[in-house]
Formats: sequence, C-alpha cells, structure tokens
Amino acid sequence: MKTFENEAVIARGDSSRVITGSNTGKLKKTNREKHSNRQIWTESVFRRLLFIMGVLMVVLVLGIMFTLIVQSVPSIKALGAGFLWGKVWDPVRDIYGAFPFLLGTLLTSFLALAISIPFSFAVGIFLGEYYPKGWLPDLLKNTVELIAAVPSVIYGFWGLAVLVPIVRSFESGIGEPPIGVGIFTSSLILSIMIIPYAASLGRSMIQMVPSHLKEAAYSLGATRWEVIKSVILPYVKSGLFAGVLLSLGRALGETMAVTMVIGNTSGIPKSIFAPGNTMASVIANEFTEADRTVYLSALIELGLVLFLVTVVINMIGKKIISRFTND
Amino acid sequence: MKAKNSPVRFRIGKNGFFKGVVIAFAFSCVIPLLFILAYIIKAGITKINWNFLVNVPKPVGESGGGIANALLGSIIIIAVAAVIAIPIGILGGIYLSENRKSKLAYWARLSIDILQGVPSIVIGIVAYFWLVKPFGGFSSVSGSIALAIMMLPIVVRSTEETLKLLPDTLREAGFALGMPFHRVVLKVIVPCGISGILSGVMLSIARIAGETAPLLFTAFGNPYLSTSLTKPMQSLPLLIFNYATSPYNDWHDLAWGASCILLIFVLVLNIFTKIITRKWKVQL
Amino acid sequence: MESTIVRSIDYNAYFGDNHVVKNVNIDIPKNNVIAVMGPSGCGKTTFLRGINRMHELIPGATAKGKIMLDNEDVMEMHPIFVRLKIGMVFQRPNPFPNLSIYDNVIAGYKLNGIKLPKAEKDKIVEQSLTKVALWNEVKDQLNKKGTFLSGGQQQRLCIARAVAMEPEVLLFDEPTSALDPISTSTVEELFHDLKQNYTLIIVTHNMQQAARVSDKTAFFYMGELVEYDETKRMFTNPRDTRTQNYITGRFS
Repeated sequence: MKTFENEAVIARGDSSRVITGSNTGKLKKTNREKHSNRQIWTESVFRRLLFIMGVLMVVLVLGIMFTLIVQSVPSIKALGAGFLWGKVWDPVRDIYGAFPFLLGTLLTSFLALAISIPFSFAVGIFLGEYYPKGWLPDLLKNTVELIAAVPSVIYGFWGLAVLVPIVRSFESGIGEPPIGVGIFTSSLILSIMIIPYAASLGRSMIQMVPSHLKEAAYSLGATRWEVIKSVILPYVKSGLFAGVLLSLGRALGETMAVTMVIGNTSGIPKSIFAPGNTMASVIANEFTEADRTVYLSALIELGLVLFLVTVVINMIGKKIISRFTND
Repeated sequence: MKAKNSPVRFRIGKNGFFKGVVIAFAFSCVIPLLFILAYIIKAGITKINWNFLVNVPKPVGESGGGIANALLGSIIIIAVAAVIAIPIGILGGIYLSENRKSKLAYWARLSIDILQGVPSIVIGIVAYFWLVKPFGGFSSVSGSIALAIMMLPIVVRSTEETLKLLPDTLREAGFALGMPFHRVVLKVIVPCGISGILSGVMLSIARIAGETAPLLFTAFGNPYLSTSLTKPMQSLPLLIFNYATSPYNDWHDLAWGASCILLIFVLVLNIFTKIITRKWKVQL
Repeated sequence: MESTIVRSIDYNAYFGDNHVVKNVNIDIPKNNVIAVMGPSGCGKTTFLRGINRMHELIPGATAKGKIMLDNEDVMEMHPIFVRLKIGMVFQRPNPFPNLSIYDNVIAGYKLNGIKLPKAEKDKIVEQSLTKVALWNEVKDQLNKKGTFLSGGQQQRLCIARAVAMEPEVLLFDEPTSALDPISTSTVEELFHDLKQNYTLIIVTHNMQQAARVSDKTAFFYMGELVEYDETKRMFTNPRDTRTQNYITGRFS
C-alpha cells in the first residue's frame, strides 16, 4: 500500500471537469487538500506518540522489577535462601530472618479473608440474585464500594482509637494479655477493608448465570435458596474463587491500617492476640532507619517477595475472570 | 438435589431462613462503615476552624496548631501527580483501545494489569531508588511521581474500556469524511467517551488523595509550609499517620481534624463522580 | 458517450491470504446510479470499500490493482485525499451522537479543523439538507442532537454529511437495509435527484431496489464481477447463467 507523498499531484485544476458549486468550490477544494497534507504529518506524529506510551507502560513495570531485584542482591548474597525461614529479626545484631513477617502477613490476610468472605458473598448474592435492580440495592452497592474508597490510614487511625480499646477489654475478658494491638485487631480492620473486592466481583459473576439454567431448576420445583445453592454458586465457583484471590491480594499488600494496629513487634507471634508485623508494616516502619546496606537490602528483599506474591495472586485471579467471561 | 426427600414446608422454611441470613450479612457490612464515618466526623469536625486551616503544627506542648502545611502539600503533590499521570494515562488507554491486536499492546496491557496489583509500599520503595537516592534527598516531586504511577492503571483501564465500547461504525464515519487518525480519535471517539474517561480520572485522584505508603520515603513530610518541588513536603495522609501514632494529645487532635477533611473530600469526590458520569454519558 | 468517472483495472482485494475480490474491471459512467449486487460473501461490499480506501482500515486487509478516479489512481493517493472526493454512507445510520444536526452536516469540515465563515457554513448546511429533503423537517432544530430523528431521517442526515463535502462520487453500503419501508422509499427518492450532481454506487442485496433506482447494475459472485450491464437489460435478459440464477432466486 503506497502512501501519498508527492505534493505535485494535489492541486489538480482540470477545468474541463464540472464540479458542483461555484468556482469558490474549486478553490475550497484545493485549500482543503493543502490542509490535509499537514494532517498527514500530524497523524504519523500522533501514532508514534501512542506507540511510545505503549512502550512506556512496559518499561515502567520492567523497571520496577529490575530495581527491586538489583536492590535485593546484597541481601540475597549475604543471607541466601535461609532468609525466608529465619525466625529471628534483630537488625542491631545484624540477624535478618523473614519468617515472622511471612507468618504475620499470612495470618492477618487469611484471618481477614475468613471473616470477610461470608459478608462479601452475602452482598454478592443479594445484589446479584435477590435484588439486582432498585434504589435500595443501588444504595447498598454504592455504599459497599465506598468502603474501598476510604483511605487506609483513616481505617488505621479509627482502629487505633476505637477498636484497640475494645479488643483490649475483650482480651482481658478472655484471659489474654490486654494489649489491644496485634494480629487479631489487624485482621479485623483488614476484613472490613477487603469486603468490596470479593463482593463486587461476586455480584457481576452471579448476574452472568444464564437464566435458562435457573429456570430449569425452578421448573423442577426448587426453592430460591436451592437454586442459589445448587445452580448459581456451583456455576460461578471459579469466579467466586477469583474474587477471593483479589481480596487476598489486596489484604497482602495493605500497609498503613495494619501498621497502625499490629503492634510492630518483630518476633513470632505466640497467639493471634499477640502483636506482630507483616512484610509491608516492617518495611514502612524500618525503611528510613535502615542504616546498613544489608539491612536496607533485606527490607527490599521483603518488598520483592511481597511484589511477586501479590502480582501472582492478582494475575491468577484476573486469568480466571477472563476465562470465565469468555466462555 | 436431595431436597426431594425433605418435606416441602421445611424446604420453604429453609429458603426463607437463608434469605434472611443473606440480607442480614449483606446489610450489616455497611454498619462498620457508617460507624467509622460518624466517629471520624464527630471527632474531627470540632477541631476544624479557621486557625486550624491556616496554621502549621506547633511544637509539642503548644496549642493552636493547624494543618496548613499538610493541606497545601496534599494539593500540590496531587496536582503534580495528576498533571503527569492524566495525559500519559489517557494516551495509554487510547493506544490500547485502538491497537487491540498488536504484540506491544498485549504486553502493555499485561504491564498495566501487573501495575494495578503492586502494593503501594513497593511503589514507594522503587520511587525512593529512582528519585530520592540519586538526588540526595526527599522531595515532593518524587512523591508525586510515585502517586502518578499508582494513578496510571486506573486512568489507562477506564479510558481503554470506555473507548472499546464505542462502535466501530463511529470511527468509520470519521474516516469516510477524510479525517486523519488523530482527528478521528480526538474529535470523535474521545468526546463520545468523555464521561467514562473523566470518571476514571476523578476516581484515580480520589484513590491517591488518601495514599500514605508511597509518600513515606519520597515526600517524607515537613513540619513547615513548603511549595518547593525539590524539598520534602507534608501531606494529609502522612500527617495523620505520624500524628495519630504519636503519644501527644494535641497532635491527635490535629490528626482527627485532618482525617475528617480527608475522608469528606474522598467520599464527596467518589459520590460526585458517580452522579456526574451518569449525567454526561453520551447517548449512542 | 458518457464519460467514465471511476474505472477499476485488475482490482484485487484480500483479507490476509483470503482472496475476496478477484480481478475486477469496471467502468462507471458519470452521473449514473450503479447498483452492485450479489449473494452474501460475494465481495461486493469489499469492492465498494476499496474504492474509497476504507478496506485497508481492517487489520490484515490488502489490495492490488488500480482504481482511476478521472485520471488519478486512487490506490496511489493518500487515503485522506481519496475520501475528500469520494463520500460514503453506511448500512447503519451513524450520525455523531455528541454533535448537533448542524454540526453533523458540516462535520467533515469542522472535525477536520477547516475553518469557514459562518455565512458559508450556514449555506452548506442548508444546501446539503435541502438536497436530502431534510431541510424543512429540521430547520428549526438544527442545534439539537440528531438522536431524536427517525432511522430514515438519520440516514438522510448522513447523506447530507457526505454531500456537504462536495465529493464527486457517493458510495452507499446497503443504505436502506436497516430502515423501515417508508424510510427506504424516501431515501430511494433521493437517488434520482442526487445523480444530477454526483455519481452513485450502491451496494444492495435487494434486487427490487436495484431495479428501481439504478441505471446500470453489476453482479458479483464469489469475488468476481460476473456481469455488468444496463439494469433493464440485465433483469430481463441476463447473459450469464449465474446472474440468471441469482435473479430468479435459485440462490441468494
């Protein structure tokens, strides 16, 4: 396909042609053609600009991965793989073991998931099946979405001021040391924050269940709950799992609210009511104080692990969703 | 379905029971949100007065401080981040929607998906090594760039999704009139999709307005009023984090006031976005 | 002897490796209405879209050969210039939904950044809308967006938009297949008036329409131009058996 480049062919003034309109029409046409020449140049500039944006996006993510890896190298070289199951984190004595934080992250995230999933699914089922349309469901949907809009530092502050004293009295009530901050409190706050993710995904998945499947069950005499239990939920099983993964991904990476109520203790928590640390919270707390190369690098390595884990979980979740929606 | 063996009345009862359980769980999750909202507004609204808005925090022990540095800082950091992220994000979204099959578009789309899931603290770390360490100090522009990186996936995705929904026949009408590609995009496609694009922009701003982690090692915070892009700067979320976790009651008060302002701003922006996008949607 | 305005010489079009238009040679005389018909998948729409270089907008689409517009080869020109001289109307009416009726008519100028004085813009709008018999219906509502118009009116608006560019040739891709019978007949009435000033090439799968409105008809089958003749003669006395079969409904 040849592109037009030769300007000489433009102003074709063949007066034997009868062109509609007056003579100004012919003049107009030539001016229009000159204008279009400029447009062709702008067009290729624009296309090139868009291409650069595409490249930029890829380079950005590659750059992030590259920086994380390069900055983790001192720690990887000094500590090796034992870093991941080292049980002691004592920067003063140059001992770096990541296990307490892996444990803290997993405990808080999975506990938060366990608490929030029934609520997320309830919202999803309610909005997806019972009442998809109407002002009340719309209000509920928007309110649940606003949960995700509240900044994490505000959840943390509220948790510190309100939840921690409540948990403290609860702890003394059941015989645990009344500290207030800890894994349990973080999980509570986190569970509130991650409700919207599984809820919104669950809702859209449930709405996609084809009506003929539901109608088949109804025509056999099933009650609504039975249709939900035996037709809808099995059908969206993978979609709901993806929703859980997305909530999990969010929980794993959450920093501020958790940092404010987890107690910032770098030992292995003895119970869920004990204070601890997550990968994100220890980075937030100690990054600016890390005065030695290996110290800083160990923190970055934690960041790298966090990055890989959250990215993998999110990508699996997205893959499941795209497979579900394309089937 | 083993339901066939149970008496019908029991099954109908079970049906109603579970419906009740679902409704109870569904509506009860807004209770914490409403409670938090009420608490923050109540605790913070009394702290807000003119003094509060125009003064900087006073040293510990003195009363009468304010959050002017954080307010101005937030505005500047967000504005710079928006100026960086919005054009790049919209152009990126246009690239993805108008190049659905190319190899680069596949990897770019994948990159944006990955970026969306990166924890904000990791972005803070990376921004530190790109913009703070090489230049020897914390700066507000490094914070803005970290926030811009966080805004990017939201703007790109919403632009791409909005433009993808527009029918190809609209583009064809433009081309058939002799329009070059950039005019078809900028004068036909983007105006028709403007509500979706703007909603993505506004949501991305609401998102980063409350972000703290990326600023911890970039903008870092500043007890004084500053407008310099190359020096550390305070922002509302940073102030809340630092003062809330401090042991001083005066500083807690400042944090409550700041939380109230931040929360109201973020919620109003979200609600406003929802209303406006419905109004501005172009009827196809 | 009528002069030829569009002549295709050994025109071939492909989607990837798929050869969909094979060696088409056709002369289209000026100020005529030419119907292009054939069964689904015969390449008629692909050929039409090749004339104003819209074919290559589809990824993987290529074409070879020459298409002469007067004495210029359309295939050698930049597509933008081609489309200034050859306008197109699509199957589904597609006025720009965010523009008023007025702005839709002059969209070819406005959206291309060509600045015209208001008096001239007003003249173009009125002339174009008059040519499509829409002026009286919308002259008091020019500032409203076109979405309240009926399907037939929207399609006439699209024709006005194409006509406003003062092209030499107008291409129509099944222009009435999405319209109801009354709108169809109002659009068909336009063809007779439009051909005074333009040359019309209309792809249609409606044989009766071809018989009603066209001077000459081209019959495509499996990518080839099988027969091309005066409409009256083709419908009463087709030369090729394939044409005969199509007209008598043996396949559609």
